[in-house]
Amino acid sequence: MPLLQIKDLGKSYNSDAKVLQGLNFEVESGEFLSIIGPSGAGKSTLLRCINRMVEIDEGKVVFDGQEVGKLNKKELRKVRTNIGMIFQHYNLVPRLSVIENVLHGRFGYKTTIQGVLGRFTEAEKEHAFFLLKKLGIEEHAYKRCDQLSGGQQQRVGIARSLIQEPKIVLCDEPIASLDPNASKVIMDHLKSITQELGITCIVNLHQVEIAKSYSDRIIGLNKGGIVFDGPSYRLHRNHTDQIYGTQTQATPEIRELIMV
Amino acid sequence: MNEKTMKASRKWQTIFFILLIIGMTLASSAITGFNIIHGIATLPKAGAWILSNLMITQESLERLPTILEKLLETILMSIAATTTGTAVAFFLSLMGSKTTGTKKVFGVFARFVASASRNIPVVAWALILLLSFGQNSVTGYLALFVGSVGFLTRAFIESIDEASQSAVEALRATGATYFQIVFKAVVPQCMPQMISWILFMIETNIRNATLVGILTGTGIGYTFDLYYKTLNYNAVALVTFSIILAVIVIELMSNYIRKVII
Repeated sequence: MPLLQIKDLGKSYNSDAKVLQGLNFEVESGEFLSIIGPSGAGKSTLLRCINRMVEIDEGKVVFDGQEVGKLNKKELRKVRTNIGMIFQHYNLVPRLSVIENVLHGRFGYKTTIQGVLGRFTEAEKEHAFFLLKKLGIEEHAYKRCDQLSGGQQQRVGIARSLIQEPKIVLCDEPIASLDPNASKVIMDHLKSITQELGITCIVNLHQVEIAKSYSDRIIGLNKGGIVFDGPSYRLHRNHTDQIYGTQTQATPEIRELIMV
Repeated sequence: MNEKTMKASRKWQTIFFILLIIGMTLASSAITGFNIIHGIATLPKAGAWILSNLMITQESLERLPTILEKLLETILMSIAATTTGTAVAFFLSLMGSKTTGTKKVFGVFARFVASASRNIPVVAWALILLLSFGQNSVTGYLALFVGSVGFLTRAFIESIDEASQSAVEALRATGATYFQIVFKAVVPQCMPQMISWILFMIETNIRNATLVGILTGTGIGYTFDLYYKTLNYNAVALVTFSIILAVIVIELMSNYIRKVII
């Protein structure tokens, strides 16, 4: 049975405009999947339907045998502990230290009181330092997050999602605010999450080339619908034209901008 | 419209507004029968009276221990009213903020409580509470407390709304509970502003406590009233001076604390 099943998923923020419409796909455990598409195609919304950060309007999302849309509050929190999330703007608490931000990933496993008082076990702290070391930012553990560079902050975000010991990590444009070097570091780390730890990754991306070189499989979204779904080597120019609604001959400069 | 006509129209706008302000001032003083010239003319006389009567003398200094005791009482009451007000305002602001609010009904309730207690002046609260609690320190405390809750709730709601939503989203995605999110994502971000508001509230409450004290017969306000009514102007001067000094000291302290935390 696949780890994640999406069936006839539909979503609209207001009644007339549909953001997502009739989406169907399955994700196997250990896959590295990229979702590409122009701004406003519904990539972020799709990702947030998986852990129900936005409510699901139509169809269903089945994660690990549970239908996400039907869970009550407590069950939903339990499912969310198994789903890590990484954001474009890192979404850390800027005034707190790196290590505190990493440990925030454990809240789902704690009672309210334990979380509010910040009671973490030795094993959890060791795990946090292990992750920071693995991501190469161990020496910044006690620095405040707002003193770190973008790439470093994103690595803190990765550590926070990994300490959840998730089955899947959702990445919402993880490299959209980073320079090419930092982007490569982050993408390499994400790739190694899948390869070494066997954790499934779903990554929203703007860069087609990066999506092609890193992922096993690509889904192309346009206007809330899937226009391409297949292994990344099968993605060709005519597909990207369809995804981004561009014509190769007519507007070569736009195409170049997208491909960079 | 080119640059020249724009400049000209700016100039006419400025002149128009200056004339409007002068006109409004003259009209309102004419309607109320208040003579500005006369008011200004009597200023030197008032100054001379203050200088000759409000002098701190040796005799009034003997009353210093009693005055300081009352002043301390007032300061402590203001702090107590602020801290307890903070606790209530914190929970009300959680209900009232868009970031942390859970139900609309609670939000409306919190905003109603805040605006009701804020828009009635502290002095009015003191007079209202005087009827049911009588002339004692509880009345003064409650008046300051109600005012603090109203003001702080409003200020906290704005601080929480201003704090970035992103960390809240991230913690929600990890499966954190409501209070974990509040205390670990919202509070750390709002802390500097909140402490700043609390310090400001303590300053304001010390000033207000003097006024409220005159009405409720407690603290430094009562002392002021007592000396004033017995025409002991030297002691009044000492009381006024000590209040000013206390407020300045508190202000300096809170400025220092603000600098350290931000």
